Amino acid sequence: MEIERKGKTMSDIRERLERIRQQAVQHMDEARTAESLNEIRVAVLGKKGELKDLMKGLKDVTPEDRPRVGQMVNEARDVIEAKLEEVRARLEQEKMARDLENEKIDVTLPARKADLGHRHPNQIALEEVERIFVGMGYEVVEGPEVEYDEYNFTKLNIPPDHPAKDEQDTFYINKDIVLRTQTSPVQARVMETGKLPIRMIAPGRVFRADEVDATHSPSFHQIEGLVVDKNITLADLKGTLEEFAKEIFGPETKTKFRPHHFPFTEPSAEMDVSCFKCGGEGCRFCKGEGWIEILGCGMVHPHVFEMCGIDPEEYTGFAFGVGLERIALLKYEIDDMRLLYENDIRFLKQF
Amino acid sequence: MNTSLSWIKRYVPDLDVTPQAYCDGMTLSGTKVENFRKLDADLEKIVVGRVLEQVPHPDSDHLVICQVDIGNDTVQIVTGAPNSAVGILTPVVLPGGRVAGGHDGKMTAGGIEIKAGKLRGVDSYGMMCSIEELGSSREFYPEAPENGIYIFSDEDGVKPGDDAIHALGLDDVDVEYEITSNRVDCYSVIGIAREAAATFGKSFQAPEVTETGNKEDISSYLSAEVIDTDLCPRFTARVIKNIKIGPSPKWMQRCLASSGIRPINNVVDITNYVMEEYGQPMHAYDLDTIAGHKIIVKRAENGEKFTTLDGKEYTLDNTILTIRDAEKGIGLAGIMGGENTMITDQVQTMVFESANFDGTNIRLSSKKIGHQTDASRKFDKGLDPNNASAAMARACQLIEEFGAGEVVGGMIDIYPEKREPVRVPFEPDKINALLGTDIGREEQLAYLEKVELAYDPDTDEIVAPTFRQDIHRTCDVAEEVARFYGYNNIPVTLPSGEATTGKLSFKMLIEEKARDVAEYCGFSQGMCYSFESPKVFDRLLLDRDDVRRQAVKISNPLGEDYSIMRTMSLNGILTSLATNYNRRNKDVRLYELGNIYLPKTLPLQELPEERMQFTLGFYGKGDFYDMKGVIEEFFGKIGLQGIVDYDGAPVQPYLHPGRQAKIIYRGTHMGELGEVHPLVRASYGIGDRAYVAVLDIPSLLQAATFDRKYKGIAKFPSVTRDLSMVVPKMIEAAVIEKMIRQRGGKILESVELFDIYEGAQVMPGYKSMAYSLVFRSSEKTLEEADVSAAMKKILNGLSSLKIVLRQ
Repeated sequence: MEIERKGKTMSDIRERLERIRQQAVQHMDEARTAESLNEIRVAVLGKKGELKDLMKGLKDVTPEDRPRVGQMVNEARDVIEAKLEEVRARLEQEKMARDLENEKIDVTLPARKADLGHRHPNQIALEEVERIFVGMGYEVVEGPEVEYDEYNFTKLNIPPDHPAKDEQDTFYINKDIVLRTQTSPVQARVMETGKLPIRMIAPGRVFRADEVDATHSPSFHQIEGLVVDKNITLADLKGTLEEFAKEIFGPETKTKFRPHHFPFTEPSAEMDVSCFKCGGEGCRFCKGEGWIEILGCGMVHPHVFEMCGIDPEEYTGFAFGVGLERIALLKYEIDDMRLLYENDIRFLKQF
Repeated sequence: MNTSLSWIKRYVPDLDVTPQAYCDGMTLSGTKVENFRKLDADLEKIVVGRVLEQVPHPDSDHLVICQVDIGNDTVQIVTGAPNSAVGILTPVVLPGGRVAGGHDGKMTAGGIEIKAGKLRGVDSYGMMCSIEELGSSREFYPEAPENGIYIFSDEDGVKPGDDAIHALGLDDVDVEYEITSNRVDCYSVIGIAREAAATFGKSFQAPEVTETGNKEDISSYLSAEVIDTDLCPRFTARVIKNIKIGPSPKWMQRCLASSGIRPINNVVDITNYVMEEYGQPMHAYDLDTIAGHKIIVKRAENGEKFTTLDGKEYTLDNTILTIRDAEKGIGLAGIMGGENTMITDQVQTMVFESANFDGTNIRLSSKKIGHQTDASRKFDKGLDPNNASAAMARACQLIEEFGAGEVVGGMIDIYPEKREPVRVPFEPDKINALLGTDIGREEQLAYLEKVELAYDPDTDEIVAPTFRQDIHRTCDVAEEVARFYGYNNIPVTLPSGEATTGKLSFKMLIEEKARDVAEYCGFSQGMCYSFESPKVFDRLLLDRDDVRRQAVKISNPLGEDYSIMRTMSLNGILTSLATNYNRRNKDVRLYELGNIYLPKTLPLQELPEERMQFTLGFYGKGDFYDMKGVIEEFFGKIGLQGIVDYDGAPVQPYLHPGRQAKIIYRGTHMGELGEVHPLVRASYGIGDRAYVAVLDIPSLLQAATFDRKYKGIAKFPSVTRDLSMVVPKMIEAAVIEKMIRQRGGKILESVELFDIYEGAQVMPGYKSMAYSLVFRSSEKTLEEADVSAAMKKILNGLSSLKIVLRQ
C-alpha cells in the first residue's frame, strides 16, 4: 500500500513536472513581451511558483527517491531556464527591430546647415595659383599698390614719356606717384634686395583708368612671377608655364607661345592655352579659336637687371604676369566682371 | 593696323597660302593677327555680263528685260536698275549664287542666295549687282553710281564671263594686325610684307623707285630752315608744278579701299598710299600760299591760334612744333596742315613735305590739343629718319607715273645727324644659352638674314638697318632667332639650380586664418574698390577735422565717386550690404580683406602707408555679441584669446553710441566693432540693424602668434560654485570678471556668466547676474577649506564694487 502510494507519487511528480515543463515552454513560445515572459518565469520558477509548489510534495517521496526527484526537478528547471534565456534574447531582438523600424526618418528632408560663408572666386583662383607655385619653391611676396612711377615704369625699362605709359591708362597721384598698373614693380623691388636666386610670385591689386563694364574694371588683380638664377632659359620659362597651365586648367591642356613685346622682357611671349571647354576644336567660349590667351611672359631684360644691380652676364631670369580675374572668369564661366565687385550674396554663395 | 592680303602680295608675289594659314603663320612669328575678313565671303557665282538687248517690261513702268551675255551663254535678266543700258558691262550674279546684302547697303549674315524666278510674270535668271550688293560702297568705289548697278569702264579691261569679284578686287582678305610698340617698321605695308616673306620663306621685293625731277632746282622755288632740330631730326621737301588733279588709277584706289581708306584724288591718294606703304606720313602745301616761299620749322608761340585744314581752331603753346612760312604757322608738325595753305582743286604748284619728328613730342602735342590724326599716330611711334627720303622718292615717282604733275629737280634735305645702323656683337652661344636651344651658328645667321639683319664678318657683328629700332643687344637678336626658329620648337625644361623654399609670409597666414574663421562664422568674402568718393566721410558722420578725411587724391580719377584712396574700409562693406538689402537678400554676412591708404603728409611726398583691414559686416540674424564672437574666434586662432580689452566709450561717430567697442591690446588700438548708427544705416539704405567690425591687421601682427604649448589635462576633480548677484547697472561685466579672477587666485579655473537679467524682480538701476565658477588644483584634490577661502576673497571683492549676493 505504502509502496503503491509512493510509486504513484513518483509518477505523479514526473507527470506534473512534465506538464509544468511543457506548459512553460508553450507559454514562453507564445510570449510576445519581456513582461509576459517575466510573468511566466515568476509563475514557474518564482518563490510561489509551480516548481517550488512541486517541491513541497517532496516530503511524500521516499528518502531514497528524493535525490532522483531533485535531479528531475533540476533538469526541468535547467530546460526552462535555457528556454527563458532563448526567448528573452528573441524578444529583445524583436523589440530592437521594432524600435529601429519606428525610428525610421525621411532622409530626404532638408539638411540643417551651419551656414558657412563663401570665399570670393578671385581668392579661390589665387589660392590655386599660389599652391602651384609654392609647391615649385616660389615665395609669395607683396608690394605697394600706390607705387612710385619709377618702379612702375622706369625700372621696368619704360622711360619717361614712353608710349606704353599712355597705353596703360595710368591713374596718377602726382607726377612721381601712381596707382600701380601692374604687379611687375614688385620684380624690381625684390631684385633690388640683392638676395639671389629668386623664385617668387607677387599677387595683388592693380589699377587702370578703364570705365566699368562687363569686361573692364578700373581695379583688378595680377599675379607676377619672377625667377632669377644662373642659366635660366626661355625653355625653362616654357616648361614652368606649361606645368602651371596643366595644373590649373587640367592635364590635357596644351600651350602655345607667340612672340610679343614687353619693355621689361626680351625675348617676350604671350601664352595661349587650348580651350578647356572644347579641347581646342573651337567653340563659343574660345570664340571659335580653340585657344585662349592667358598670360604675358619673357626673359628679364638685361637693362632691368642692370638697373636693379644684378649682373646680366652672370644671371638670367624669366618673368610672367597673369590676370587673376581672367582665370577666375574663365574657370567659373562668369560673363560679367562687375559681379566680382558687387558682392551680391547670391553670386558669392555659388563658390 | 589693317592691310589687304593683295597689297602684301605686291611685295611678296610668291606668297601662296590660304588666308587662315597666313594669319596663323604671321601670329606665330610675332606679327599678331587680330582677325581677318574675306571680302568675298558672301559672294558666289558673280561674273561680268554685257547687256545685249533691253526691252521694257510689259507689266511694269520701272522694270526692263535684258538679254545678258555672260561669256559662254546668254541669259534673260529682269532688272529695275535705272542705269541699265545696252552695251554696259556689269557684275551679274547667276542663279544659285550669293550676294552680300541689299542695294540699300544693309548686309545679311551669310549673304543672300539668288534664284531663278519670275518678276511680274517674266522669267529672270540672275541679278545685275550694285556695289552695295557686293558688300562695299561708293566710298571705296567712287565711280559707282549713287543709284543703280555697278558699270565697268573700258580701262577695267573686262569681258563677259570674267570673274567680276576678281575684276573689282573683292577677291581679297582684309587683315587686322596688332603691332607691338617696338616694331615701328610694321606700321607699314612694306614692314608687314617683309615679315610675311620671312615667315613663309619667300622673297621680298621692295618697290622699284626711280629718279624723278626736271632740270630745274627746288632752290628757285623754296627755301627751308629747321630751328628746333631737337624736335625735327630731318626735314625734306620737293616741289611739284603743273598739277593736274584727277582720280588715281583703279589699282591704287583698290589698295586704299581694301585698307579702309577712301580714294579722293591722285595727289591725296598718293600721300595716303605712301603713308600706308612706307609708314611715313607726308603733307602737301599749296606753294602759292606760302609767304616768302620759305618754310621754317619751329616751336609755336605761347597762346598762338592756329586753324587746321579741317577748319578747327587750336590754341598752341611753346611745346608744340609748327611748320611756318615767313609770316605765319602753316602746319602743326606731324599732326595736320593748316587751312591757310591747303591743297585745293585749283592748285598749280605744291610742296611735298616728308619729315621726321620727335615721336614723344608729337604724342604729347596731339594729346595736349586733343587732336589725333592718322599722321600723328604714325609719328608718335618714333619713325626712322632714313625712311623720310625713301617715301619722298616713292611719292614723286608716283606723281610722274600718274601724270599728276611735274616734279621739280632737287630736294631740300635738312638732316644734321644722320642715323646709322646699330651694330650688335654676334654671340651665337649666348643666344643658345638664353633660349635653352642648340641652334647652329649658320642656322642663326640664316634666320637673321631673312629679316635683313646682316652679318659683318670683319667685325663679327650683326648690323640692324635703321628701320629696326628694336635691335640693341644680344637679347634682341636672340628674339629674332627664336621667332624664326619657332617659339614652339624651343624645348620645354624646368629651371635647374639651387633649391628654394616656397612660402607665404606670416601676414598672409594670419589673413588666411581670418578668412577661415569669417567663413566658418557664415561670412562670405567680398571685394571692394580701393578708391571712393570724398562724400563717404560725411556719410559716416566724421567730424570736420577727423584725420581720416586726409586722403590721397587721384589726379585723373574716373569721376568724383572714385577720386580718393580710402582711408577707412567701412564704406565698401556698408555699400555691399546695402546692395544686398536692396535686392531683398536675407541675413547677409560679408567680410573683406583690403588695404586702406594713409598719407604721411599731404600733398604726398612719399608712398602712403598701406594697412590691411579685416572688415566684417552683417544685417539680419544676430547682434553685437555675435559679431564679438566672430572676433573672439579669430583671436583664439591667432593666439590673442582672452588678452584683449573692449572699451565701450562712444568714439566712432558712425557706430551706435551705446553699442560700440574699441578693441585694445596692451594699450594699442587694434580695431573696433559695433552696431551701425541708425543715421548711417539709413543713409546707406539698410533697413535692418547692421553690425560691423574692423580689425587692423598690422596691429594684430605685433601680438599674433601660432605658437602653442600643451598644458596637462587636469587629473584632480573640480569644484563648482554658482554666484547669483545684484549688480549696479553701470558696472561692466569685464570689471566683475576681472575682480573674480584676481581674487580667485590660482585655483580658479574658469568664470562663466550664465544668466543676466534686468526688469521685474530687480531694483531699477540694477541688473541680476549669475556666474558659474570652477575651481581646480593641478596638484591635489581641493578641500572645502581651499574653495571657501577663495570664495570669501571673491565675495569681499564684489561687495567692494557694491555688488550684493542674491539670496
